[in-house]
Amino acid sequence: MSAVIKPKTDPILSVINIEVIYDHVILVLKGVSLEVLDGQIVALLGANGAGKTTTLKAISNLLRAERGEVTKGMILYRGERIDRSSPAELVKRGICQVMEGRHCFQHLTVEENLLTGAYTRGYIASGVREELEKVYRYFPRLKERRHAQSGYTSGGEQQMTAIGRALMARPRMILLDEPSMGLAPQLVEEIFEIVRELNRKEGVSFLLAEQNTNIALRYADYGYILENGRVVMDGEGRELAENEDVKEFYLGFSSAGRRSFRDVKSYRRRKRWL
Amino acid sequence: MPTQVAFFVEVLAGGLLAGVMYALVALGFVLIYKASGVFNFAQGSMVFFAALTFVSLTERGWNFWLALAVTLVVMVVLGVVIERTVLRPLVNQPQITLFMATIGLTFVLEGLSQLIWGSQPHGLELGIADVPIDWLSQKLNINISQFDIFAAFVAGALVAVLAVFFQKTRIGRALRAVADDHQAALAVGIPLQHIWAIVWAVAGFVALVAGLMWGVRNGVQYALTFTALKALPVLLIGGFESIPGAIIGGLIIGATEKLAEVYVGPMFGGGIESWFAYVVALLFLLVRPEGLYGEKHIDRV
Ligand SMILES: Nc1ncnc2c1ncn2[C@@H]1O[C@H](COP(=O)(O)OP(=O)(O)OP(=O)(O)O)[C@@H](O)[C@H]1O
Ligand SMILES: [Mg+2]
Repeated sequence: MSAVIKPKTDPILSVINIEVIYDHVILVLKGVSLEVLDGQIVALLGANGAGKTTTLKAISNLLRAERGEVTKGMILYRGERIDRSSPAELVKRGICQVMEGRHCFQHLTVEENLLTGAYTRGYIASGVREELEKVYRYFPRLKERRHAQSGYTSGGEQQMTAIGRALMARPRMILLDEPSMGLAPQLVEEIFEIVRELNRKEGVSFLLAEQNTNIALRYADYGYILENGRVVMDGEGRELAENEDVKEFYLGFSSAGRRSFRDVKSYRRRKRWL
Repeated sequence: MPTQVAFFVEVLAGGLLAGVMYALVALGFVLIYKASGVFNFAQGSMVFFAALTFVSLTERGWNFWLALAVTLVVMVVLGVVIERTVLRPLVNQPQITLFMATIGLTFVLEGLSQLIWGSQPHGLELGIADVPIDWLSQKLNINISQFDIFAAFVAGALVAVLAVFFQKTRIGRALRAVADDHQAALAVGIPLQHIWAIVWAVAGFVALVAGLMWGVRNGVQYALTFTALKALPVLLIGGFESIPGAIIGGLIIGATEKLAEVYVGPMFGGGIESWFAYVVALLFLLVRPEGLYGEKHIDRV
Protein backbone atom coordinates (compact mmCIF):
# COMPACT_ATOMS: atom_id res chain seq x y z
CA MET A 1 0.00 0.00 0.00
CA SER A 2 1.32 3.35 -0.94
CA ALA A 3 -1.19 5.41 0.98
CA VAL A 4 0.38 7.95 3.24
CA ILE A 5 -0.16 6.87 6.79
CA LYS A 6 -0.54 9.84 9.03
CA PRO A 7 1.61 9.64 12.11
CA LYS A 8 -0.31 8.82 15.26
CA THR A 9 -0.84 12.08 17.11
CA ASP A 10 -2.49 13.21 20.28
CA PRO A 11 -6.20 13.75 20.31
CA ILE A 12 -7.12 17.38 19.75
CA LEU A 13 -10.66 16.63 20.81
CA SER A 14 -12.10 13.92 23.03
CA VAL A 15 -15.77 13.57 23.72
CA ILE A 16 -16.21 11.19 26.58
CA ASN A 17 -19.53 9.51 27.19
CA ILE A 18 -21.68 12.62 27.04
CA GLU A 19 -25.37 12.76 27.61
CA VAL A 20 -27.43 15.69 26.36
CA ILE A 21 -30.88 16.70 27.49
CA TYR A 22 -33.05 19.37 25.87
CA ASP A 23 -35.63 21.32 27.84
CA HIS A 24 -34.72 19.32 30.98
CA VAL A 25 -36.61 16.27 29.73
CA ILE A 26 -35.72 15.25 26.19
CA LEU A 27 -32.76 12.88 26.30
CA VAL A 28 -31.07 13.10 22.92
CA LEU A 29 -27.50 11.87 23.35
CA LYS A 30 -27.21 8.75 25.44
CA GLY A 31 -23.51 8.43 26.06
CA VAL A 32 -21.57 9.47 23.00
CA SER A 33 -17.80 9.14 22.89
CA LEU A 34 -15.51 10.05 20.06
CA GLU A 35 -12.05 11.31 19.38
CA VAL A 36 -10.40 13.49 16.77
CA LEU A 37 -6.65 13.23 16.47
CA ASP A 38 -4.70 16.35 15.65
CA GLY A 39 -4.73 16.80 11.90
CA GLN A 40 -7.52 14.35 11.18
CA ILE A 41 -10.76 14.68 9.29
CA VAL A 42 -13.37 12.75 11.21
CA ALA A 43 -16.87 12.12 9.92
CA LEU A 44 -19.91 11.88 12.13
CA LEU A 45 -22.55 9.99 10.21
CA GLY A 46 -26.13 9.06 10.79
CA ALA A 47 -29.68 9.56 9.62
CA ASN A 48 -31.99 12.46 10.37
CA GLY A 49 -32.35 13.10 14.05
CA ALA A 50 -29.52 10.78 15.04
CA GLY A 51 -27.91 13.53 17.11
CA LYS A 52 -25.06 14.74 14.91
CA THR A 53 -25.88 18.43 15.24
CA THR A 54 -26.48 18.02 18.95
CA THR A 55 -23.03 16.47 19.36
CA LEU A 56 -21.35 19.33 17.52
CA LYS A 57 -23.28 21.92 19.49
CA ALA A 58 -22.38 20.24 22.74
CA ILE A 59 -18.73 20.65 21.79
CA SER A 60 -18.99 24.28 20.72
CA ASN A 61 -21.29 25.01 23.65
CA LEU A 62 -24.06 26.41 21.50
CA LEU A 63 -26.51 24.09 23.22
CA ARG A 64 -27.35 26.42 26.02
CA ALA A 65 -28.91 28.90 23.62
CA GLU A 66 -31.29 26.10 22.64
CA ARG A 67 -32.13 25.00 26.16
CA GLY A 68 -29.92 21.99 25.84
CA GLU A 69 -27.48 20.78 28.47
CA VAL A 70 -24.66 18.30 28.77
CA THR A 71 -25.66 16.36 31.85
CA LYS A 72 -22.99 13.65 31.90
CA GLY A 73 -19.56 12.98 30.59
CA MET A 74 -16.93 15.46 29.54
CA ILE A 75 -15.34 17.12 26.58
CA LEU A 76 -11.61 17.70 26.31
CA TYR A 77 -9.81 19.95 23.89
CA ARG A 78 -6.06 19.38 23.86
CA GLY A 79 -6.48 17.61 27.14
CA GLU A 80 -8.36 20.38 28.91
CA ARG A 81 -12.00 20.35 29.86
CA ILE A 82 -14.06 22.77 27.85
CA ASP A 83 -17.62 21.92 28.81
CA ARG A 84 -17.92 25.14 30.82
CA SER A 85 -16.29 27.48 28.32
CA SER A 86 -18.43 30.02 26.47
CA PRO A 87 -18.62 29.81 22.68
CA ALA A 88 -16.53 32.97 22.46
CA GLU A 89 -13.74 31.45 24.59
CA LEU A 90 -13.81 28.32 22.47
CA VAL A 91 -13.45 30.33 19.30
CA LYS A 92 -10.51 32.12 20.86
CA ARG A 93 -8.93 28.79 21.75
CA GLY A 94 -9.35 27.54 18.22
CA ILE A 95 -12.63 25.61 17.92
CA CYS A 96 -15.12 27.01 15.43
CA GLN A 97 -18.44 25.65 14.37
CA VAL A 98 -19.88 26.07 10.89
CA MET A 99 -23.56 25.55 11.48
CA GLU A 100 -25.98 23.45 9.56
CA GLY A 101 -27.73 25.64 7.00
CA ARG A 102 -24.68 27.99 6.82
CA HIS A 103 -26.26 30.82 8.83
CA CYS A 104 -24.57 33.65 7.00
CA PHE A 105 -25.42 37.14 8.13
CA GLN A 106 -27.87 37.83 5.35
CA HIS A 107 -27.76 41.61 5.35
CA LEU A 108 -24.00 41.84 5.61
CA THR A 109 -21.81 41.62 2.56
CA VAL A 110 -19.69 38.55 1.97
CA GLU A 111 -16.60 40.41 3.12
CA GLU A 112 -18.32 41.75 6.22
CA ASN A 113 -19.38 38.21 7.03
CA LEU A 114 -15.79 37.10 6.82
CA LEU A 115 -14.64 39.98 9.00
CA THR A 116 -17.10 39.08 11.76
CA GLY A 117 -15.21 35.79 11.97
CA ALA A 118 -12.20 37.73 13.23
CA TYR A 119 -14.20 39.37 16.02
CA THR A 120 -12.52 37.46 18.80
CA ARG A 121 -9.13 38.53 17.54
CA GLY A 122 -9.73 42.05 18.76
CA TYR A 123 -9.44 45.35 16.97
CA ILE A 124 -8.36 45.17 13.38
CA ALA A 125 -4.69 45.06 14.06
CA SER A 126 -2.42 42.33 12.96
CA GLY A 127 -3.03 39.82 10.30
CA VAL A 128 -6.72 40.21 9.57
CA ARG A 129 -6.09 41.52 6.07
CA GLU A 130 -3.69 38.67 5.37
CA GLU A 131 -6.21 36.19 6.70
CA LEU A 132 -8.85 37.66 4.39
CA GLU A 133 -6.55 37.26 1.42
CA LYS A 134 -5.87 33.70 2.43
CA VAL A 135 -9.59 32.92 2.57
CA TYR A 136 -9.95 34.50 -0.86
CA ARG A 137 -7.17 32.28 -2.14
CA TYR A 138 -9.03 29.18 -1.02
CA PHE A 139 -12.35 30.54 -2.24
CA PRO A 140 -11.69 32.76 -5.25
CA ARG A 141 -15.41 32.96 -5.87
CA LEU A 142 -15.87 34.82 -2.61
CA LYS A 143 -13.44 37.47 -3.73
CA GLU A 144 -15.53 38.14 -6.81
CA ARG A 145 -18.66 38.33 -4.71
CA ARG A 146 -17.21 40.14 -1.73
CA HIS A 147 -19.41 43.22 -1.98
CA ALA A 148 -22.60 41.25 -2.57
CA GLN A 149 -25.12 40.99 0.22
CA SER A 150 -24.76 37.50 1.58
CA GLY A 151 -28.48 36.79 1.47
CA TYR A 152 -28.41 37.14 -2.28
CA THR A 153 -25.49 34.82 -2.95
CA SER A 154 -25.97 31.18 -3.98
CA GLY A 155 -26.12 28.26 -1.58
CA GLY A 156 -22.61 27.19 -2.50
CA GLU A 157 -21.27 30.67 -2.01
CA GLN A 158 -22.98 30.85 1.36
CA GLN A 159 -21.39 27.59 2.40
CA MET A 160 -18.02 28.96 1.35
CA THR A 161 -18.70 32.18 3.23
CA ALA A 162 -19.57 30.20 6.34
CA ILE A 163 -16.38 28.16 6.15
CA GLY A 164 -14.31 31.22 5.31
CA ARG A 165 -15.82 33.09 8.24
CA ALA A 166 -14.74 30.30 10.57
CA LEU A 167 -11.24 30.36 9.09
CA MET A 168 -10.90 34.04 9.95
CA ALA A 169 -10.61 33.07 13.62
CA ARG A 170 -7.54 30.93 12.78
CA PRO A 171 -9.08 27.76 14.16
CA ARG A 172 -7.23 24.53 14.85
CA MET A 173 -10.44 22.55 14.76
CA ILE A 174 -13.57 23.14 12.71
CA LEU A 175 -16.90 21.53 13.49
CA LEU A 176 -18.57 21.39 10.11
CA ASP A 177 -22.26 20.56 10.06
CA GLU A 178 -23.77 19.17 6.82
CA PRO A 179 -21.68 21.08 4.31
CA SER A 180 -23.32 19.15 1.46
CA MET A 181 -26.86 20.13 2.36
CA GLY A 182 -28.83 21.29 -0.65
CA LEU A 183 -25.83 21.60 -2.95
CA ALA A 184 -25.28 20.12 -6.40
CA PRO A 185 -22.94 17.08 -6.38
CA GLN A 186 -20.20 18.90 -8.23
CA LEU A 187 -20.23 21.72 -5.73
CA VAL A 188 -20.19 19.28 -2.83
CA GLU A 189 -17.09 17.73 -4.34
CA GLU A 190 -15.50 21.16 -4.65
CA ILE A 191 -16.21 22.00 -1.02
CA PHE A 192 -14.81 18.71 0.24
CA GLU A 193 -11.70 19.23 -1.86
CA ILE A 194 -11.17 22.56 -0.14
CA VAL A 195 -11.76 20.97 3.25
CA ARG A 196 -9.04 18.43 2.45
CA GLU A 197 -6.72 21.17 1.31
CA LEU A 198 -7.29 23.18 4.48
CA ASN A 199 -6.65 20.05 6.47
CA ARG A 200 -3.38 19.28 4.69
CA LYS A 201 -1.98 22.76 4.20
CA GLU A 202 -3.23 24.63 7.23
CA GLY A 203 -3.31 21.66 9.56
CA VAL A 204 -6.91 22.29 10.59
CA SER A 205 -8.65 19.26 12.07
CA PHE A 206 -12.25 18.66 11.08
CA LEU A 207 -15.17 16.96 12.72
CA LEU A 208 -17.84 16.90 10.08
CA ALA A 209 -21.42 15.80 10.41
CA GLU A 210 -22.87 14.44 7.21
CA GLN A 211 -25.85 12.55 5.94
CA ASN A 212 -24.03 12.08 2.69
CA THR A 213 -22.08 9.08 3.93
CA ASN A 214 -20.62 8.31 0.56
CA ILE A 215 -18.69 11.50 0.09
CA ALA A 216 -17.87 11.95 3.76
CA LEU A 217 -16.16 8.58 3.95
CA ARG A 218 -14.12 9.31 0.87
CA TYR A 219 -12.56 12.30 2.56
CA ALA A 220 -12.54 11.25 6.21
CA ASP A 221 -9.67 9.53 7.97
CA TYR A 222 -12.02 8.12 10.53
CA GLY A 223 -15.78 7.88 10.99
CA TYR A 224 -18.40 7.36 13.65
CA ILE A 225 -21.93 6.25 12.95
CA LEU A 226 -24.54 7.65 15.23
CA GLU A 227 -27.98 6.21 15.65
CA ASN A 228 -30.55 7.38 18.13
CA GLY A 229 -28.06 9.26 20.21
CA ARG A 230 -25.51 6.45 20.42
CA VAL A 231 -22.37 5.61 18.52
CA VAL A 232 -23.16 2.27 16.91
CA MET A 233 -20.02 1.82 14.86
CA ASP A 234 -16.71 3.46 14.19
CA GLY A 235 -13.63 2.85 12.13
CA GLU A 236 -11.20 4.12 9.52
CA GLY A 237 -12.93 5.88 6.65
CA ARG A 238 -12.03 3.24 4.07
CA GLU A 239 -12.89 0.39 6.38
CA LEU A 240 -16.35 1.83 7.05
CA ALA A 241 -16.95 2.46 3.38
CA GLU A 242 -16.34 -1.23 2.71
CA ASN A 243 -18.37 -2.52 5.63
CA GLU A 244 -21.40 -4.51 4.46
CA ASP A 245 -23.82 -2.96 6.94
CA VAL A 246 -22.70 0.53 6.21
CA LYS A 247 -23.02 -0.22 2.52
CA GLU A 248 -26.48 -1.53 3.01
CA PHE A 249 -27.82 1.17 5.26
CA TYR A 250 -25.92 4.29 4.49
CA LEU A 251 -24.43 3.94 1.07
CA GLY A 252 -27.66 2.87 -0.59
CA PHE A 253 -26.49 -0.50 -1.96
CA SER A 254 -29.60 -2.15 -0.64
CA SER A 255 -32.97 -2.61 -2.21
CA ALA A 256 -34.72 -3.16 1.07
CA GLY A 257 -34.60 0.49 2.01
CA ARG A 258 -33.34 1.78 5.29
CA ARG A 259 -34.08 -0.32 8.30
CA SER A 260 -32.45 0.13 11.63
CA PHE A 261 -29.04 -1.16 12.43
CA ARG A 262 -30.61 -3.03 15.27
CA ASP A 263 -32.33 -5.42 12.91
CA VAL A 264 -29.13 -6.76 11.45
CA LYS A 265 -27.60 -9.90 12.88
CA SER A 266 -24.06 -9.02 11.99
CA TYR A 267 -24.39 -5.75 13.75
CA ARG A 268 -22.68 -5.83 17.07
CA ARG A 269 -23.64 -3.01 19.18
CA ARG A 270 -20.71 -1.50 20.88
CA LYS A 271 -21.11 0.00 24.22
CA ARG A 272 -18.48 2.58 24.74
CA TRP A 273 -17.58 3.19 28.29
CA LEU A 274 -15.03 5.51 29.61
CA MET B 1 -44.52 84.62 -2.04
CA PRO B 2 -48.32 84.48 -2.02
CA THR B 3 -49.58 84.03 1.49
CA GLN B 4 -51.38 80.78 0.69
CA VAL B 5 -48.23 79.13 -0.58
CA ALA B 6 -46.11 80.63 2.16
CA PHE B 7 -48.51 79.29 4.73
CA PHE B 8 -48.44 75.82 3.18
CA VAL B 9 -44.65 75.80 3.15
CA GLU B 10 -44.61 76.93 6.73
CA VAL B 11 -46.95 74.17 7.87
CA LEU B 12 -45.09 71.54 5.87
CA ALA B 13 -41.69 72.62 7.14
CA GLY B 14 -42.96 72.80 10.69
CA GLY B 15 -44.37 69.31 10.30
CA LEU B 16 -41.19 67.86 8.85
CA LEU B 17 -39.13 69.38 11.61
CA ALA B 18 -41.51 68.03 14.24
CA GLY B 19 -41.09 64.71 12.47
CA VAL B 20 -37.35 64.87 13.08
CA MET B 21 -38.10 65.03 16.77
CA TYR B 22 -40.28 61.93 16.54
CA ALA B 23 -37.58 60.17 14.59
CA LEU B 24 -35.13 60.89 17.41
CA VAL B 25 -37.28 58.94 19.83
CA ALA B 26 -38.06 56.20 17.34
CA LEU B 27 -34.33 55.64 16.77
CA GLY B 28 -33.87 54.44 20.33
CA PHE B 29 -36.57 51.82 19.86
CA VAL B 30 -35.13 50.66 16.56
CA LEU B 31 -31.63 50.13 17.96
CA ILE B 32 -32.74 47.84 20.72
CA TYR B 33 -35.35 46.03 18.69
CA LYS B 34 -32.95 45.36 15.87
CA ALA B 35 -30.24 43.92 18.05
CA SER B 36 -32.24 41.95 20.56
CA GLY B 37 -35.82 41.69 19.34
CA VAL B 38 -37.03 43.49 22.45
CA PHE B 39 -39.58 46.23 22.10
CA ASN B 40 -38.31 48.55 24.78
CA PHE B 41 -41.38 50.25 26.15
CA ALA B 42 -39.14 52.11 28.59
CA GLN B 43 -37.49 54.20 25.87
CA GLY B 44 -39.83 57.11 26.72
CA SER B 45 -38.90 57.05 30.37
CA MET B 46 -35.22 56.86 29.42
CA VAL B 47 -35.78 60.09 27.47
CA PHE B 48 -37.39 61.62 30.51
CA PHE B 49 -34.72 60.39 32.87
CA ALA B 50 -31.94 61.75 30.67
CA ALA B 51 -33.49 65.19 30.29
CA LEU B 52 -34.33 65.42 33.98
CA THR B 53 -30.84 64.44 35.04
CA PHE B 54 -29.27 66.97 32.72
CA VAL B 55 -31.54 69.83 33.69
CA SER B 56 -31.21 69.10 37.40
CA LEU B 57 -27.43 69.13 37.16
CA THR B 58 -27.37 72.45 35.28
CA GLU B 59 -29.79 73.95 37.78
CA ARG B 60 -27.33 73.03 40.50
CA GLY B 61 -24.85 75.24 38.77
CA TRP B 62 -22.96 72.65 36.77
CA ASN B 63 -21.30 73.80 33.61
CA PHE B 64 -23.20 72.82 30.44
CA TRP B 65 -20.58 70.46 29.04
CA LEU B 66 -19.82 68.85 32.35
CA ALA B 67 -23.52 68.18 32.93
CA LEU B 68 -23.81 66.79 29.43
CA ALA B 69 -20.84 64.49 29.90
CA VAL B 70 -22.01 63.26 33.29
CA THR B 71 -25.53 62.64 32.01
CA LEU B 72 -24.10 60.71 29.10
CA VAL B 73 -22.11 58.54 31.48
CA VAL B 74 -25.20 58.02 33.63
CA MET B 75 -27.24 56.94 30.58
CA VAL B 76 -24.58 54.54 29.40
CA VAL B 77 -24.28 53.01 32.85
CA LEU B 78 -28.05 52.82 33.09
CA GLY B 79 -28.22 50.98 29.78
CA VAL B 80 -25.62 48.46 30.88
CA VAL B 81 -27.29 47.96 34.26
CA ILE B 82 -30.68 47.37 32.62
CA GLU B 83 -29.17 44.77 30.34
CA ARG B 84 -27.48 43.04 33.26
CA THR B 85 -30.31 43.04 35.74
CA VAL B 86 -33.46 42.91 33.66
CA LEU B 87 -32.72 41.36 30.31
CA ARG B 88 -29.89 38.95 30.88
CA PRO B 89 -31.79 36.87 33.43
CA LEU B 90 -34.69 36.70 30.97
CA VAL B 91 -32.69 35.58 27.98
CA ASN B 92 -34.44 32.80 26.02
CA GLN B 93 -37.80 33.81 27.46
CA PRO B 94 -40.66 34.56 25.07
CA GLN B 95 -40.73 38.05 23.60
CA ILE B 96 -43.90 38.96 25.44
CA THR B 97 -42.12 38.36 28.76
CA LEU B 98 -39.34 40.72 27.76
CA PHE B 99 -41.87 43.29 26.63
CA MET B 100 -43.65 43.07 29.97
CA ALA B 101 -40.32 43.47 31.72
CA THR B 102 -39.72 46.73 29.86
CA ILE B 103 -43.17 47.96 30.89
CA GLY B 104 -42.19 47.28 34.48
CA LEU B 105 -38.94 49.06 33.85
CA THR B 106 -40.84 52.10 32.58
CA PHE B 107 -42.52 52.64 35.92
CA VAL B 108 -39.39 51.92 37.92
CA LEU B 109 -37.46 54.47 35.89
CA GLU B 110 -40.18 57.10 36.20
CA GLY B 111 -40.41 56.56 39.91
CA LEU B 112 -36.66 56.63 40.27
CA SER B 113 -36.26 59.85 38.28
CA GLN B 114 -38.75 61.64 40.45
CA LEU B 115 -37.38 60.15 43.61
CA ILE B 116 -33.91 61.45 42.82
CA TRP B 117 -34.71 64.76 41.19
CA GLY B 118 -38.19 65.62 42.43
CA SER B 119 -41.33 65.90 40.37
CA GLN B 120 -41.62 69.58 39.55
CA PRO B 121 -41.39 70.54 35.86
CA HIS B 122 -38.30 72.37 34.64
CA GLY B 123 -37.64 74.67 31.75
CA LEU B 124 -34.63 73.82 29.61
CA GLU B 125 -32.44 76.21 27.63
CA LEU B 126 -29.67 75.21 25.31
CA GLY B 127 -28.91 78.77 24.24
CA ILE B 128 -30.93 78.57 21.07
CA ALA B 129 -34.28 80.24 21.41
CA ASP B 130 -37.41 78.61 20.09
CA VAL B 131 -38.35 81.65 17.96
CA PRO B 132 -38.95 82.13 14.23
CA ILE B 133 -35.96 82.95 12.07
CA ASP B 134 -36.22 86.71 11.35
CA TRP B 135 -34.84 86.48 7.87
CA LEU B 136 -37.41 83.94 6.72
CA SER B 137 -40.31 85.75 8.35
CA GLN B 138 -39.44 89.06 6.76
CA LYS B 139 -38.38 87.98 3.29
CA LEU B 140 -40.73 85.07 2.64
CA ASN B 141 -43.32 85.51 5.30
CA ILE B 142 -42.66 81.98 6.57
CA ASN B 143 -42.27 81.30 10.27
CA ILE B 144 -39.83 78.53 11.06
CA SER B 145 -38.33 78.15 14.50
CA GLN B 146 -34.57 78.35 14.62
CA PHE B 147 -34.59 75.74 17.31
CA ASP B 148 -36.33 73.33 14.95
CA ILE B 149 -33.56 73.84 12.45
CA PHE B 150 -30.99 73.28 15.16
CA ALA B 151 -32.75 70.10 16.27
CA ALA B 152 -32.76 68.85 12.70
CA PHE B 153 -29.01 69.41 12.49
CA VAL B 154 -28.44 67.60 15.76
CA ALA B 155 -30.56 64.69 14.58
CA GLY B 156 -28.68 64.63 11.29
CA ALA B 157 -25.35 64.58 13.10
CA LEU B 158 -26.55 61.83 15.41
CA VAL B 159 -27.67 59.67 12.53
CA ALA B 160 -24.40 60.25 10.71
CA VAL B 161 -22.43 59.21 13.80
CA LEU B 162 -24.56 56.10 14.22
CA ALA B 163 -24.21 55.23 10.55
CA VAL B 164 -20.43 55.42 10.72
CA PHE B 165 -20.45 53.41 13.92
CA PHE B 166 -22.60 50.67 12.43
CA GLN B 167 -20.97 50.51 9.02
CA LYS B 168 -17.32 51.09 9.74
CA THR B 169 -16.42 49.75 13.14
CA ARG B 170 -15.81 46.25 14.38
CA ILE B 171 -18.41 46.59 17.13
CA GLY B 172 -20.91 48.10 14.72
CA ARG B 173 -20.45 45.19 12.35
CA ALA B 174 -20.90 42.78 15.24
CA LEU B 175 -24.10 44.60 16.17
CA ARG B 176 -25.49 44.13 12.69
CA ALA B 177 -24.40 40.50 12.74
CA VAL B 178 -26.25 39.92 16.00
CA ALA B 179 -29.31 41.64 14.57
CA ASP B 180 -29.23 39.24 11.62
CA ASP B 181 -28.64 35.94 13.36
CA HIS B 182 -28.05 35.41 17.07
CA GLN B 183 -26.97 31.80 16.72
CA ALA B 184 -24.43 32.48 14.03
CA ALA B 185 -23.11 35.43 16.01
CA LEU B 186 -22.56 33.17 18.99
CA ALA B 187 -20.89 30.60 16.78
CA VAL B 188 -18.31 33.06 15.49
CA GLY B 189 -17.57 34.09 19.04
CA ILE B 190 -19.43 37.38 19.38
CA PRO B 191 -20.56 37.58 23.02
CA LEU B 192 -24.23 38.52 22.74
CA GLN B 193 -24.41 40.02 26.18
CA HIS B 194 -21.65 42.53 25.53
CA ILE B 195 -23.33 43.54 22.33
CA TRP B 196 -26.69 43.96 24.03
CA ALA B 197 -25.13 46.05 26.76
CA ILE B 198 -23.56 48.25 24.10
CA VAL B 199 -26.87 48.63 22.30
CA TRP B 200 -28.61 49.67 25.49
CA ALA B 201 -25.86 52.15 26.16
CA VAL B 202 -26.21 53.60 22.67
CA ALA B 203 -29.98 53.74 23.13
CA GLY B 204 -29.31 55.64 26.36
CA PHE B 205 -27.21 58.13 24.42
CA VAL B 206 -29.95 58.55 21.82
CA ALA B 207 -32.46 59.05 24.64
CA LEU B 208 -30.29 61.83 26.01
CA VAL B 209 -30.24 63.66 22.69
CA ALA B 210 -34.00 63.22 22.27
CA GLY B 211 -34.58 64.30 25.86
CA LEU B 212 -32.65 67.53 25.39
CA MET B 213 -34.47 68.44 22.20
CA TRP B 214 -37.91 67.61 23.57
CA GLY B 215 -37.05 69.21 26.88
CA VAL B 216 -36.40 72.54 25.21
CA ARG B 217 -39.61 72.28 23.23
CA ASN B 218 -42.03 71.15 25.93
CA GLY B 219 -40.19 71.59 29.19
CA VAL B 220 -38.75 68.74 31.21
CA GLN B 221 -41.71 67.15 32.89
CA TYR B 222 -43.45 63.85 33.33
CA ALA B 223 -45.28 64.28 30.00
CA LEU B 224 -41.95 63.68 28.25
CA THR B 225 -42.48 59.96 28.83
CA PHE B 226 -45.37 60.13 26.38
CA THR B 227 -42.98 60.90 23.56
CA ALA B 228 -42.71 57.13 23.39
CA LEU B 229 -46.30 56.99 22.23
CA LYS B 230 -45.49 59.51 19.53
CA ALA B 231 -42.81 57.22 18.26
CA LEU B 232 -45.14 54.28 17.86
CA PRO B 233 -46.84 55.35 14.61
CA VAL B 234 -43.42 56.29 13.31
CA LEU B 235 -42.28 52.74 13.92
CA LEU B 236 -45.39 51.29 12.34
CA ILE B 237 -44.63 53.22 9.19
CA GLY B 238 -40.87 52.93 9.15
CA GLY B 239 -40.55 49.36 10.34
CA PHE B 240 -39.14 48.38 13.71
CA GLU B 241 -35.75 47.40 12.41
CA SER B 242 -34.72 50.23 10.15
CA ILE B 243 -32.88 53.41 11.00
CA PRO B 244 -33.70 55.09 7.67
CA GLY B 245 -37.25 53.88 8.27
CA ALA B 246 -37.38 55.69 11.60
CA ILE B 247 -36.31 58.91 9.94
CA ILE B 248 -38.59 58.72 6.93
CA GLY B 249 -41.42 57.50 9.17
CA GLY B 250 -40.87 60.46 11.48
CA LEU B 251 -40.96 62.91 8.59
CA ILE B 252 -44.13 61.37 7.14
CA ILE B 253 -45.91 61.43 10.48
CA GLY B 254 -44.77 64.94 11.34
CA ALA B 255 -45.78 66.37 7.99
CA THR B 256 -49.15 64.63 7.61
CA GLU B 257 -50.05 65.39 11.20
CA LYS B 258 -49.51 69.13 10.82
CA LEU B 259 -51.01 69.35 7.36
CA ALA B 260 -54.05 67.40 8.49
CA GLU B 261 -54.47 69.58 11.55
CA VAL B 262 -54.49 72.70 9.43
CA TYR B 263 -56.32 71.61 6.30
CA VAL B 264 -58.50 68.71 7.38
CA GLY B 265 -58.93 69.48 11.06
CA PRO B 266 -61.40 72.37 10.62
CA MET B 267 -63.85 69.99 8.92
CA PHE B 268 -64.02 67.99 12.15
CA GLY B 269 -63.86 71.01 14.38
CA GLY B 270 -60.12 70.70 14.99
CA GLY B 271 -58.11 68.69 17.47
CA ILE B 272 -57.14 65.83 15.21
CA GLU B 273 -53.39 66.25 15.55
CA SER B 274 -53.10 64.01 18.56
CA TRP B 275 -54.58 60.92 16.94
CA PHE B 276 -54.24 61.49 13.22
CA ALA B 277 -50.78 59.93 13.24
CA TYR B 278 -52.32 56.65 14.28
CA VAL B 279 -54.84 56.80 11.45
CA VAL B 280 -52.00 57.28 8.99
CA ALA B 281 -50.04 54.45 10.58
CA LEU B 282 -52.99 52.05 10.54
CA LEU B 283 -53.78 52.83 6.91
CA PHE B 284 -50.16 52.28 6.15
CA LEU B 285 -50.19 48.92 7.88
CA LEU B 286 -52.97 47.75 5.58
CA VAL B 287 -50.79 48.44 2.56
CA ARG B 288 -47.38 47.44 3.91
CA PRO B 289 -47.61 45.40 7.08
CA GLU B 290 -43.83 45.17 7.41
CA GLY B 291 -43.48 48.96 7.32
CA LEU B 292 -41.77 51.09 4.75
CA TYR B 293 -38.30 49.72 5.37
CA GLY B 294 -39.23 46.64 7.33
CA GLU B 295 -36.54 44.01 6.99
CA LYS B 296 -37.35 41.92 4.00
CA HIS B 297 -36.38 38.45 5.01
CA ILE B 298 -34.24 37.20 2.26
CA ASP B 299 -35.60 33.81 1.37
CA ARG B 300 -32.92 32.40 -0.84
CA VAL B 301 -31.35 29.21 0.29
N1 LIG C 1 -33.72 22.41 20.60
C1 LIG C 1 -34.20 21.16 20.68
N2 LIG C 1 -35.15 20.87 21.59
C2 LIG C 1 -35.63 19.61 21.68
N3 LIG C 1 -35.24 18.59 20.92
C3 LIG C 1 -34.30 18.81 20.00
C4 LIG C 1 -33.73 20.11 19.82
N4 LIG C 1 -32.82 20.04 18.84
C5 LIG C 1 -32.83 18.75 18.41
N5 LIG C 1 -33.71 18.02 19.10
C6 LIG C 1 -33.97 16.58 18.92
O1 LIG C 1 -32.77 15.90 19.08
C7 LIG C 1 -32.66 14.84 18.16
C8 LIG C 1 -31.33 14.94 17.43
O2 LIG C 1 -31.32 16.11 16.65
P1 LIG C 1 -30.06 16.59 15.83
O3 LIG C 1 -30.41 17.87 15.21
O4 LIG C 1 -28.88 16.54 16.69
O5 LIG C 1 -29.96 15.45 14.72
P2 LIG C 1 -29.06 15.39 13.42
O6 LIG C 1 -28.37 14.10 13.46
O7 LIG C 1 -28.23 16.60 13.29
O8 LIG C 1 -30.16 15.35 12.29
P3 LIG C 1 -30.15 16.02 10.82
O9 LIG C 1 -29.40 15.08 9.96
O10 LIG C 1 -31.59 16.06 10.48
O11 LIG C 1 -29.52 17.35 10.94
C9 LIG C 1 -33.85 14.93 17.25
O12 LIG C 1 -34.78 13.95 17.63
C10 LIG C 1 -34.42 16.29 17.51
O13 LIG C 1 -35.81 16.26 17.42
MG1 LIG D 1 -28.13 18.09 11.97
